[in-house]
Amino acid sequence: MSVREERPIPAPPVNPETRPFWDAAAAGRLLLKRCAACTQPHHYPRVICPFCGSDRTEWTEATGRGTVYSYSVFRRAPIPYAIAYVTLAEGVTMMTNIVDCDVDAIRIGQPVRVVFKPTEGGPPVPMFTPA
Amino acid sequence: MTIRGKAYIVGVYEHPTRKADDRSLAQLHAEVARGALEDAGLTKDDVDGYFCAGDAPGLGGLSMADYMGLKLRHIDTTETGGSSYVIHVAHAAQAIAAGKCDVALVTLAGRPRAEGMATGTAPRSYGAAAPDVAFELPFGPTVVNQYAMAAMRHMHEFGTTSAQLAWIKVAASQHAQHNPHALLRDVVTVEDVLASPMIADPLRRLDCCVITDGGGAVVVARPEVAKRLPRPRVPVLGAGEAVKHQAGGRIDLTYTGAVWSGPAAFAEAGVRPADVKYVSIYDSFTITVLITLEDLGFCDKGRGGKLVADGNLIAGVGRLPFNTDGGGLCNNHPANRGGMTKVIEAVRQLRGEAHPRVQVKNCDVALAHGTGGSLATRHGSATLVMGRE
Repeated sequence: MSVREERPIPAPPVNPETRPFWDAAAAGRLLLKRCAACTQPHHYPRVICPFCGSDRTEWTEATGRGTVYSYSVFRRAPIPYAIAYVTLAEGVTMMTNIVDCDVDAIRIGQPVRVVFKPTEGGPPVPMFTPA
Repeated sequence: MTIRGKAYIVGVYEHPTRKADDRSLAQLHAEVARGALEDAGLTKDDVDGYFCAGDAPGLGGLSMADYMGLKLRHIDTTETGGSSYVIHVAHAAQAIAAGKCDVALVTLAGRPRAEGMATGTAPRSYGAAAPDVAFELPFGPTVVNQYAMAAMRHMHEFGTTSAQLAWIKVAASQHAQHNPHALLRDVVTVEDVLASPMIADPLRRLDCCVITDGGGAVVVARPEVAKRLPRPRVPVLGAGEAVKHQAGGRIDLTYTGAVWSGPAAFAEAGVRPADVKYVSIYDSFTITVLITLEDLGFCDKGRGGKLVADGNLIAGVGRLPFNTDGGGLCNNHPANRGGMTKVIEAVRQLRGEAHPRVQVKNCDVALAHGTGGSLATRHGSATLVMGRE
């Protein structure tokens, strides 16, 4: 089954802590937070590192490449869509959608790359498509 | 300090309704409280500790204490979703052991059916200030497709099949046929489950729990109180609680916080999984049961499919009877929170008051486990081990 129609995407609420992420998304760049103290990247982005508690977290640009960790096609929705967790090359796993593809052909482990999709009145959000 | 033997479950009550068009939410809480206190042989004036979670109306414990006219010296509104009430029993035992109260009342109630709530299939937001919301809500997370991703990953890593998951529903339906209050009393087969409509790959409609109104209550009391009451005594032997989260993006969907709460509860109780005669396992979805049984140590990680298949969870048939009331999958999942009914059926089993067709012989150790929130990414896990005297 190929999904042609577009599901309306709710706008993400933006707050002062996460505004740089969404400003970058509007420019087509995927950012991660990385801690300068413990070197670990994390997602979703926070000011305080969830691993070591340091506040020396810095924005870093991700390659936008990853693989599908898991997914599920929501058949019961008016417009079926594929929710997924994608593990980025940088090592963090994020919730997303797999788009612009045949949802029945999605597989765990499949390589994907980021694409940004418009939302209803907010910044675009990072989704993924087969690489 | 251990809670082993320091407190007893002396009263339980499950509301018989499954659709409460004609009742208010506060009324449901008060009705289940009354039912559990009557079961115990106590009155509301004996209660000096009260426990409730996010399903309570208004200001929660304050509003319900006001409605019911409780005079309290201890209150606890720990909120860990559907696992809250399993944790509440443990916290009640701890409070009693510490001398903070003598008789603790725990209530749960809700009316999602009467209110027409799209419980599992509508994206749920916990408000714009939730730190994760911007990074999830745009992608359409629902309860069912999040649990489905855990099932999908389990199948990928361990070869678990939809037919194995279906056996969990089959076992629940075998039990529910004997429960006159169960929402779904028809026995189903593996084929029936596999033929039900796909909701979110790989979970089908019959992999999902019911949506019901109603509720339940538990009364926990110190030994001096329990010993003068007429009901069979059910001591709290041990408990464990844990929160599993996304670990900064190091997500692993294959296990739950039961890997921590289970060993803590077993250690405090001084028992092993092999000693447990009956288990109440949170069954929001079939996959919830399978992963939890692995995590509690009833089999090795990845072997849950084999453990649950071929009727092994059916009372009188298999070696690990579970959810003999029909569970959330068939009987009741009031307020979309199943922890309370898990404790209640375990107490029925320990008292010998389960339906005769599903009563486990010589049931001297039982376990109740709650999983509340999003499976493997943000949930509370609560394990409670109980005995009998």
